Amino acid sequence: MRDAWVIDGFQVSNRLFLGTGKFGSVELTRQALLAAEIQVTTVALRRVEPGRPEEDLLAGLPRDCRVMINTSGARDGEEALRIARLARAAGAGTWIKVEVIPDQRHLMPDNLETLRVTETLVQEGFTVFPYMSPDLSMGRRMAEAGAAAVMPLGAPIGSNRGLRTRELVAIMVREIPAPIVVDAGLGTPSDACECMELGCAAVLVNTAVAVAPDPPALAAAFRLAVAAGRQAFLAGLPPIGQAEASSPLTGFLGRS
Amino acid sequence: MRPLAECLEEARTRPWPEPPPGRVERALAGEGGSEDDLRALLSEASVPHLEAMARAAQAITHRHFGRTIQLYSPLYISDACENACLYCGYSARNATPRRTLSLDEVDRESAALAATGIRHVLVLSGESLSACPEDHLAGAVRRMAPHFRSIGLEVQPLGEEGYAALLEAGADSLTVYQETYDPRLYAKVHPAGPKRDFLFRLETPSRGARAGLRQVNLGALLGLGDWRRDTLCLALHARWLQDRHPGLEVGVSLPRLRPHAGRTRPLAPVTDRDLVQILTALRLFLPRLGIALSTREAPDLRDNLVGLGITRMSAGVSARVGGHAEPGSAVPQFEISDPRSVPEIQAMLRAKGYDPVLADWPFPPS
Repeated sequence: MRDAWVIDGFQVSNRLFLGTGKFGSVELTRQALLAAEIQVTTVALRRVEPGRPEEDLLAGLPRDCRVMINTSGARDGEEALRIARLARAAGAGTWIKVEVIPDQRHLMPDNLETLRVTETLVQEGFTVFPYMSPDLSMGRRMAEAGAAAVMPLGAPIGSNRGLRTRELVAIMVREIPAPIVVDAGLGTPSDACECMELGCAAVLVNTAVAVAPDPPALAAAFRLAVAAGRQAFLAGLPPIGQAEASSPLTGFLGRS
Repeated sequence: MRPLAECLEEARTRPWPEPPPGRVERALAGEGGSEDDLRALLSEASVPHLEAMARAAQAITHRHFGRTIQLYSPLYISDACENACLYCGYSARNATPRRTLSLDEVDRESAALAATGIRHVLVLSGESLSACPEDHLAGAVRRMAPHFRSIGLEVQPLGEEGYAALLEAGADSLTVYQETYDPRLYAKVHPAGPKRDFLFRLETPSRGARAGLRQVNLGALLGLGDWRRDTLCLALHARWLQDRHPGLEVGVSLPRLRPHAGRTRPLAPVTDRDLVQILTALRLFLPRLGIALSTREAPDLRDNLVGLGITRMSAGVSARVGGHAEPGSAVPQFEISDPRSVPEIQAMLRAKGYDPVLADWPFPPS
């Protein structure tokens, strides 16, 4: 049986999503997307520059890649809505990764504004992927609002520190019926594998690949790690054994 | 809460002993450290650690900004000025002809600049409200808006309402250099004109932030006074703004004093080594700080500083009023050292493995 996730009729079999910011060139971005056979990517509308292919991230994408336009630069919900509508008007599609960042020092998302934007955009017919700080109640509300996936951060954006929010993400995976995609903070393929073993539907990676010495090679490694983690999740992981020499609490039973 | 001027003056005048052994290494190990960490990194004791500072600065910059450099260019709309700054070619005491572009000329100049690919522009003027009043500035910003993605202001300091009006016209950022944070030296090098008001200038970025501008850029004119203390105050000023305006993007520029039509010699020279120490110490102290490098610096040095913490560079610069549509037409504010065109700067950055980003903003100015 093929393990595909269908979003809006689009079959996603590669569960590594790759962002397009921070690369040393548009061509290098494209090579990384190709090397990891990426099906879903995200592009900031701020970097879309029609008519200048050398600078336009959108023009450099492989043909079969689906794009979530992200609302990078939005400080509040109104700005995020404006970016989403501009993207649709510009013909950049209706998949929107909602980023509402009112804090320039840590780049932490505003969950409340993100929820409001998600509700509005879903009503307007967009396919919405909200980026958020991991929180069960907010994640549930975003899922109820019709988000295509809920995307909690694994660690502060650009930190490459791995799945620091593991406990919170694990709870979200167990409790929220919508797909959970860890976005931001993953630094190594093993971080991505860990997310997939937990049951995440996908991971979104950007900085770790973009600033690596060989982005296409590392993107390919991430893809293998994501596939391995997904396969492990589907197979089911064995219980972790604990070395116990005896049964100190129940050893008295049957002694007489 | 203590006023900004009081906080900065206290920091500027506090004794600054050489750090004890091991202190620089400790400051280097962290990211986003304390004021004492910054003092250690700016001290003489850090000079032997410059390579380690550069490596750390590069790694932090790559993680936060990637391998990208945003390109921008200034557009001079007026060289009329009522100030008499001792270090500047626009000083009212220099008997040179002055010119303020009409709105049609602004349009032509914008079209010429935009044709080079530049999308982020900085409107520049001298400080003369009579030659270039606020409504002329607003008119200029409106005429520039269709040509660009982002319009910054480097004009005379305005009140909060003035910035609100220019925001409405389409501007989104503000650049204002304090020049020096030493009030006595400031008074000495600014003998006449509205710029004499040290406190009004110091509070300018706060007024811009309150008006809703999304980015402010600060600067000290390196070479005017004690660069260690001016850099310390510059960094603390930036952090003060970040603390009070979490949504504000705060940046700095690192202008070094250049020869100009009046005086030519810096009062307190800043060497290339000093500049590297300033740049890398700022990056370690404020990891998400935007840092701009202007064409005052020579091509070779600019190329070498790219990987050490710079996030923005000017390109295709003319420091003359009307210099894009009519090259060679007026006296420049200062002699630029890097005359390279936008394609030449792009080629240099690409050769170094950096993406020269021309458009990096989602909204058209409106």
